[in-house]
Amino acid sequence: MKKALLVAIAVLLLLVPLLHFAFPPGHPLHLSEFYVGLLGKFLCFAICALALDLIWGFGGILSLGHGLFFALGGYGMGMYLMRQIGRDGQYQAELPDFMVFLNWKSLPWHWALSDSLVGQIFLALAVPGLLAAVFGWFAFRSRIQGVYFSIITQALTVAAMLLFFRNETGFGGNNGFTDFKRIAGLAITSPGMKVGLCMASGVALIACYLIARWLTNSRWGRILQAIRDAEGRVRFLGYDPVAFKLSAYVISALMCALAGILYVPQVGIINPSEMSPAASIEMAIWAAVGGRGTLLGPVLGAFFVNGTKSVFTVWWPEGWLYVLGALFIAVTLFLPTGLVGLARRFKK
Amino acid sequence: MTPELLEAGSEARSRALTRIATAGEPIFNQGVALYVEDLKVAFDGFQALGGLSFTVGVGELRCVIGPNGAGKTTTMDCITGKTRPDSGRIYFGSNLDLRQMSEQQIARAGIGRKFQKPTVFEALTVAENLELALAGDRRASFAMRARLNGEQRDRLDELLKTVHLAEERERVAGLLSHGQKQWLEIGMLLAQDPKLLLLDEPVAGMTDEETERTAELFLSLEGKHSLVVVEHDMSFVATLASTHRTVTVLHEGQTLAEGTMAAVQADEKVIEVYLGR
Repeated sequence: MKKALLVAIAVLLLLVPLLHFAFPPGHPLHLSEFYVGLLGKFLCFAICALALDLIWGFGGILSLGHGLFFALGGYGMGMYLMRQIGRDGQYQAELPDFMVFLNWKSLPWHWALSDSLVGQIFLALAVPGLLAAVFGWFAFRSRIQGVYFSIITQALTVAAMLLFFRNETGFGGNNGFTDFKRIAGLAITSPGMKVGLCMASGVALIACYLIARWLTNSRWGRILQAIRDAEGRVRFLGYDPVAFKLSAYVISALMCALAGILYVPQVGIINPSEMSPAASIEMAIWAAVGGRGTLLGPVLGAFFVNGTKSVFTVWWPEGWLYVLGALFIAVTLFLPTGLVGLARRFKK
Repeated sequence: MTPELLEAGSEARSRALTRIATAGEPIFNQGVALYVEDLKVAFDGFQALGGLSFTVGVGELRCVIGPNGAGKTTTMDCITGKTRPDSGRIYFGSNLDLRQMSEQQIARAGIGRKFQKPTVFEALTVAENLELALAGDRRASFAMRARLNGEQRDRLDELLKTVHLAEERERVAGLLSHGQKQWLEIGMLLAQDPKLLLLDEPVAGMTDEETERTAELFLSLEGKHSLVVVEHDMSFVATLASTHRTVTVLHEGQTLAEGTMAAVQADEKVIEVYLGR
């Protein structure tokens, strides 16, 4: 039953974007470009919620800095997209516009791979992965736990945000990257590209879900849960919790980076606001609303919260943050297992 | 070859074998499983252990008793690496320097510990709890693809029977009764197949029948494993120690008396500490 449901969801995710082509505009089943873009965005958010759930729901480690890994993935992709603009920018120069504006004569060293899509995607995964590995190793080795870990990750993303705000770091300052024109020579605004990116996000979500399911069903996943519930006991069984927490943290960071890579070409902009504390906290809310410790829950939570957000920002924009806060409080107080827990309760 | 040369050779070999190490297997060539000497620990000025010394022989079942605050749990913490002593020596076998090893290294070398408060993984089933404890590869990369083999499955079934939890196999551990959790934790300890078992108040909260079964289980382990049982329950200690096993009495972080149960109970210092003047 559950398996059939999952397969149905997976098929739907892959077929829904195609509705854009399958039916002409005006047909009730036609999916407009706006909704294709929105679906693609939500799919990326769902990957983030899933990634956060892996370490929070199963490992008990609440990271409030996962927006950093998402943004680093996005920036990595953005660098490639900036170079793809070519001479079509405002200054019609070989260099990206913001570099011309800053009077730079050549590309900085960290833009060395920005010509190549594959090279840049590699960087967009490797850099956040490496950062998570180094930061995580120090944090977990020093046995930083609970709220202290949350605060430190939050500080890390704020520090990165301040760094990316500066013009001299070579990431476009507070404007970030935008005005993208094409990917691999193909126009980024073409309907085919939009549907393609949306489907790629669907594939990525399904792949991340399957990886997470395989991991959480393995002995590794059970040890991760054991660390969440009684870390000392795990140590006295002879396991090194650092290795398990660190691998979970790095895998989770890589998933977020992948989401960022797919997100940026779909929304057409990346700037340091993605590293703001609020962005990371929102990810935690998606996971909590959907249901921590279940894999489907955070995916549903990301769709539910962002869907509500889309409605509210049109209908009552000033009210959204209050609604979000109320939602979080309600879930914490009445639904510790989130929407999935609610569904299970009704089933009984 | 002359006998002297042979003797010198075997001595050299024994010295080489017992070179102090911080990893690997313990060597029990001197009949000592655990050697604790002049252990001192202070917490914020409070002297929890003030020069504690004792040794546990290979295959021995040793009972440790003492009033509250005597340093029983602190001793366990020092042996398992949870607390770092200020001074003193702790050796596992004649070669492993436990003061230099991390908690997981100590566990992998073959020391298993049961906590005072039963500590099991409440979200996992009884069988999964035991599976995690089963001896084997402890690396994270291995755990991602680990599967139980036939031999391990048999061992798991056997353990479930030993701790009387065969019927609760698929039950979530958080739903077990207090006594059953104690049993599960003992089962996890056995699954690790440790050479030395440290049991901190293993029968706390158990019914009389459960306590009796626990005593039987521990006695059956004697010889194959070395055991240190810390307990408040005097009748349980009396059952375990019988007439010939050694009981160590701790008081204010030092060994107050050591001997058979009868000898210890007749000791004046012990009577004074337990009953007051």
